[in-house]
Amino acid sequence: MFPFQEFLQHQGQQQTRRVFLGRASQGVGALALASLLRPGVISAAATVGRDRWPGVVNPPHFPARAKRVIWLTMAGGPSHLETFDPKPKLAAMHGQPMPESFTKGKQIAQLQGQKLTCFGPQAKFKRFGATGAEISELFPHIGSVLDRICLIRSMTSEAINHDPAHMFMNTGSQIAGRPSMGAWLTYGLGSEAEELPGFVVLTSLGRGGQNQPIAARQWAAGFLPSRFQGVHLRGKGDPVLYLGNPPGVTRDGQHRVIETVNSLNARHDAVVDDPEIATRIAQYEMAFQMQASVPELMDISKEPATVLEQYGCKSGDGSFASNCLLARRLAERGVRFIQLYHKDWDHHGGVKQGIEFKAQEIDRACMALITDLEQRDMLRDTLIVWAGEFGRTPMSQGDGRDHHNAGFSIWMAGGGIRPGIVYGVTDELGYSAVENPIDVHDLHATMLRTLGIEHTRLAVKFQGLDARLTGIAGNVIPGILA
Amino acid sequence: MPSPRIILKSCLRPLRLAVVGWALWKMAVPAFAAPRVDFNREVRPILSDNCFACHGPDSQKVKGKLRLDLRANAIAPAKSGKPAIVAGKPDQSELVRRLETSDPDDQMPPPESHKTLTPVQRELLTRWIREGAEYQGHWAYQPPVRPSAPAGPAAIDFLIRQHLKATGLRPAPEADRRTLARRLKFDLLGLPARPEEVEAFVNDPAPDAYERLVERFLASPHYGERMAIGWLDVVRFADTIGYHSDTPRNIWPYRDYVIQAFNRNKPFDVFTREQLAGDLLPGAGQEQKVGSAFNRLLLTTEEGGAQSKDYEARYLTDRVRAVGAVWMGQTIGCAQCHDHKFDPIGTRDFYAMGAFFADVKEAIIGRREDGMLVPDEEQAKELARRREGLTTLEKRFEGPMPEMNAAYDSWQRDLTAALASDERWTRLAPETAESAGGATLKIRDDRSVLASGKNPDVDTYTLRFRRGTNSSPVQLAGLRIEALPDDALPSKGPGRADNGNFVLTEVVARIERDGAESRPVHFMVARATHEQTTLAENNPYKAWTAASAIDGDSKGSSPGWAILPQVGKPQQLLLGTDGTSGWQPGEVLVGQLQQRHGNGHHTLGRFRIAMTTDSTAVTSPIALPPAPELAEVLRFPVDQRNDEQRRRLVTAFRSSTPLLEDLRNRIEVARNSLSGYEAALPHCLVTERGDPRTVRVLPRGNWMVETGDVMEPALPVKLSEGYRKPTGRLTRLDLAEWLVARDNPLTSRVVMNRLWKQFFGIGLSKVLDDLGAQGETPIHQPVLDWLACEFRESGWDVKHMVRTIVLSETYRQSSTASREMLTRDPDNRELARQGRWRVEAELVRDLALTVSGRLVPSIGGPSALPYQPEGYWENLNFPQRTYAASAGGDQYRRGLYTWWQRSYVHPAMLAFDAPTREECAAERSRSNIPQQALVLLNDPSFVESARAFAVRILREAPPGTGKRLAWAWLQTLARSADAAELATLEHLLERQRSDYRADPAAAQAYLSNGTSVTPQDIDPAELAAWTDIARALLNLHETITRS
Repeated sequence: MFPFQEFLQHQGQQQTRRVFLGRASQGVGALALASLLRPGVISAAATVGRDRWPGVVNPPHFPARAKRVIWLTMAGGPSHLETFDPKPKLAAMHGQPMPESFTKGKQIAQLQGQKLTCFGPQAKFKRFGATGAEISELFPHIGSVLDRICLIRSMTSEAINHDPAHMFMNTGSQIAGRPSMGAWLTYGLGSEAEELPGFVVLTSLGRGGQNQPIAARQWAAGFLPSRFQGVHLRGKGDPVLYLGNPPGVTRDGQHRVIETVNSLNARHDAVVDDPEIATRIAQYEMAFQMQASVPELMDISKEPATVLEQYGCKSGDGSFASNCLLARRLAERGVRFIQLYHKDWDHHGGVKQGIEFKAQEIDRACMALITDLEQRDMLRDTLIVWAGEFGRTPMSQGDGRDHHNAGFSIWMAGGGIRPGIVYGVTDELGYSAVENPIDVHDLHATMLRTLGIEHTRLAVKFQGLDARLTGIAGNVIPGILA
Repeated sequence: MPSPRIILKSCLRPLRLAVVGWALWKMAVPAFAAPRVDFNREVRPILSDNCFACHGPDSQKVKGKLRLDLRANAIAPAKSGKPAIVAGKPDQSELVRRLETSDPDDQMPPPESHKTLTPVQRELLTRWIREGAEYQGHWAYQPPVRPSAPAGPAAIDFLIRQHLKATGLRPAPEADRRTLARRLKFDLLGLPARPEEVEAFVNDPAPDAYERLVERFLASPHYGERMAIGWLDVVRFADTIGYHSDTPRNIWPYRDYVIQAFNRNKPFDVFTREQLAGDLLPGAGQEQKVGSAFNRLLLTTEEGGAQSKDYEARYLTDRVRAVGAVWMGQTIGCAQCHDHKFDPIGTRDFYAMGAFFADVKEAIIGRREDGMLVPDEEQAKELARRREGLTTLEKRFEGPMPEMNAAYDSWQRDLTAALASDERWTRLAPETAESAGGATLKIRDDRSVLASGKNPDVDTYTLRFRRGTNSSPVQLAGLRIEALPDDALPSKGPGRADNGNFVLTEVVARIERDGAESRPVHFMVARATHEQTTLAENNPYKAWTAASAIDGDSKGSSPGWAILPQVGKPQQLLLGTDGTSGWQPGEVLVGQLQQRHGNGHHTLGRFRIAMTTDSTAVTSPIALPPAPELAEVLRFPVDQRNDEQRRRLVTAFRSSTPLLEDLRNRIEVARNSLSGYEAALPHCLVTERGDPRTVRVLPRGNWMVETGDVMEPALPVKLSEGYRKPTGRLTRLDLAEWLVARDNPLTSRVVMNRLWKQFFGIGLSKVLDDLGAQGETPIHQPVLDWLACEFRESGWDVKHMVRTIVLSETYRQSSTASREMLTRDPDNRELARQGRWRVEAELVRDLALTVSGRLVPSIGGPSALPYQPEGYWENLNFPQRTYAASAGGDQYRRGLYTWWQRSYVHPAMLAFDAPTREECAAERSRSNIPQQALVLLNDPSFVESARAFAVRILREAPPGTGKRLAWAWLQTLARSADAAELATLEHLLERQRSDYRADPAAAQAYLSNGTSVTPQDIDPAELAAWTDIARALLNLHETITRS
């Protein structure tokens, strides 16, 4: 099922063209056949490019400020109170009961029905950058590029458990089955990557042991066709599932099998004239290209030592830092949406130690990613988002904090985003966003705007409705746009 | 000649054939008088798509008091004073003016909606108004009427050809027999046709050859497997709970229930009742109850911090959406937050529908229960045998035993004496109980104290007992400490050490009076029911004696009273005083239990303090007091006890006397063997009825608002108009009855529309999960209505309907499309030919296993775990999981038995569009992506199949490269290869062979894929080269395509 007109249209165009061009032996099949006679030469550009999806937002609704997104998902729910939102009043009230006026009528997760006690920030804050904004001194590297960053302290979410909260952050809905943002974007804008998927996911673990599960639905295409789903590049084993040849099969040997398959498919196409066959041939060629291009992409060992040092990673260490470097490499290759998950932010207990671990794992790499992109003149059209699925309570849960969605911090940088500002304010105890609150739909709407998309117009008919990433809500936030 | 409408349709596909289509349109217009506009097919979709959001059924959203879904409202003056529609007079109709105007204030749809009507759509609306603006009820809500047509499969052909005649398309000729056989076997059994059966069919001269092939397939046990796939998608069957930890649950027997239901051709109305309400059916057996597992298929959570109100609301909406998807073909989910914008389903209908499921007994948050035992026939026999064995022993235990009379009498005497001795003690109720080490001490109703929480190695319990001011003074002769077992303690206690032991180092007591100096209680004698003698090498007493608890030495870690191995039962420590301690009213007796063993948490878990004023109570033989329920009986004179009381005593005697130890042991063994056997049997979550939860309308779907109206179960008001509802609180069974009621217009159409897709690749109405206003009015509505009537009137006979469809000539058409047909009807909506598509994910796997000869075709059982890339589950947690692929035959089961891990569905399945089954999926997309190539080329399951196929080729085919290649081709595709095809393969074979000859290690490595053993008598290079031939064949588009 292709539940929307644009896709049908694309298919239809291809099909129609083929009908008028005549039999397949004069088309793609002939190319494949020719390559069988000249081994090693498959004309990738002519065939793979042919199936390239141009995107439905073409031309863009607005001039695009950003061409691609790197989303750094801090999975588990980072505490804003130890990272980006200083609360001296909370420190002063440490150990005292949380005033009910702050919490009444709000969702509470594991602390429901318990005595709520103020828990002062477990990290010291320090001023950074030209604006002198205060962030935790555990993040000096991020502090050093704070002037490139738009820090948002008034983020909110509707969800308060990990799984639905990730779904909400990624798809704008807490019900499974909706496309995640990367899928929407590759559907809307297509991808510039020749030999890579347009939507790529990388994951890394923290060493604090609070690694919450992440479901593959977080990068699913939902009701969009599977070609728009995120592809998880793995740190161990085949970076893409089933990418490696069977043991004992050489690249040449594999190539010959693929050539044979394509040539036999092309012959069959000449008999039955089925447009799916041309696509099938193109996909086999794409798969073969990926078998070489993905390992090449993943191999960061040839990066200059200075670069590895800048990020603080070693080839093959599977770290968040390595993934940041890979994100830059993916961005260079035209991938539209790159999403990194770094886990272990779920600090129900031991938030002090937990945040220190996290800071060591991400601080330098975040800075390096921003600087590296800037040096390559790519920061201006790359939109970076740093966000968890929610924040954490100002109230204690032992020596940690519970899930919290009424106000927390995220940051953005790059394409189309106003740098060097702090946007939004939470109340004096860091419970609720009280000034310029932003919800998830607003965030999505604003991101789409920087990418040249009017969020109400990127819609697909699903279950009788014009389904959108932003549902029936979402307002672009002009205050954070450059 | 083509009718204008058809040409119009192709014009409506933007950009497709723009030039040619337009030219045809221009030519066509003058040539034909346009037929009347069809409201349902042509007008309603335009209004629904562009207008109903603000001028439709959602009562909260109607703008300008105008509703365009109701004619009466549309022709009445709206807020502006002007009627939107004046029948017959487009130029006076406000609607037309608003469509044509360029004034942004008046323009409709408003500019901010980003919706615009095409000139063709505007023209249609204008014509429709000119023709009288007649409305029709939405087609799917009108009861289907059987169109006049010949009986049987011919009806389908008759109705379709009637329509084709109008369009000028001619039906395609019948497909060749090889294609027919292959198509039929994929469609009915999900398996590739074997060359022998194709050949037999091709050569069968009988006029009913095709009919017999159909019957043979319909009778196959694999028919149920094939039919189950679509059903399991739409009901979202999966092996795991879905949310967060996505842990397993016991549910696979439901999958087998579905397979068997199709195989036994269970009428669809029965199938419906059993799934929604199997537990409520009179005389419900195992099968009906397993069917009711349908209500448990939804996503659930075990996430800490999940709030039950939140998830209660999620479960309700999930179940309502499911009924909407499975039976009603309605996108009911919209009504969770607001009245449906397009269809007659209100928010109240939504929650009233949810209330049907409020009685499903379940934990809202947390692990699912094991579920019902589901033995198969053999297992049921064995289960009965074991149960009977146990019953026989238990009966003997409970039966008459005259030989025990003497022993019983003596036991009863002892017990009476023990009771008398116990009654010399008074149990003291502590005023406070404190732990110095931070343990939580809870005083219970029976005056015992239970320790929990922090579990220190060293602790001192301090208990305070106040002598009531109204009571008399007493002289303390002794204190008693009962150490009591409890299920909450490790090894049942009485201590908190892992083995249930404790060490009571020292007992100290004193009597306090306000304003006076406290007076110590001096203990002279200590006795205990049991003293531990083991592990006492370093103990100065060489035993853990009672006396050491009053030796005045509370410093050392070793001496003290302990009880190993007599843990898990009550023990007593009796302490006799020197007789000098008077306890006056108002005074407080303070007891301290010092426990200083210092490691392994050797503290008391549960205990009770009593006192006596009778010094003989301390010195007479210690007997443990009878349990309270026995004590109660023993206090009655023997001749006044009733039967129940006597039975209680007898049971207690038989449970404790050493004379019956052997019988008791045998019962224990039989019981363990039964429970062990039961635990290993299949279980299945089923529906059990509980007290219904309160269901409220949640305003805008917000579960935190608890002010909405309380809803009782009710059918959707508009959709069930005219249906005679039962009285009283409606049940899930009433819901099921309505769904399969004669006058329900939806169910039979929804099911037939889905079935049609299985045989033609696309539904008659193409949006399978939405037959509402936003769905598609079927081009061949008479066909769908005929099928719906036939289905219902046949007694909901599914096989009959399958047979009817596949016997039709329409089904038997060739799928090869002429260029004209591809141009005019690219998506085959007119059905002037058959469809052609890549088979479903499960079938891709089945195909490779079948051709390779490795398929293990057994039906049903626990889900299987095909090879899966290592680390694919690394992002699962709570707990972390490693994947252990099935061993032996289970590795080669059909695709539909694949373990369905919702958050990480097997990647080979996912690549070929298997849904995650988190939501009901009425249909699958059919993508064509590079991951499919990677799976077919590199997944060990497919590589191993290729090697097994290669072994078959070398063993079973006639010798000689050419013959072998031809044979292999035939096995894969059930057709002969032509010379060019064979040459292409031979070319590959030669080059691969020479490579593998040059690199024997590579050949060996290639052959070691998978777990099955490679024959040693075949030259590895040869086998490796043939494996590549097999791999190429299994990768062909034609191989995985049903045409």
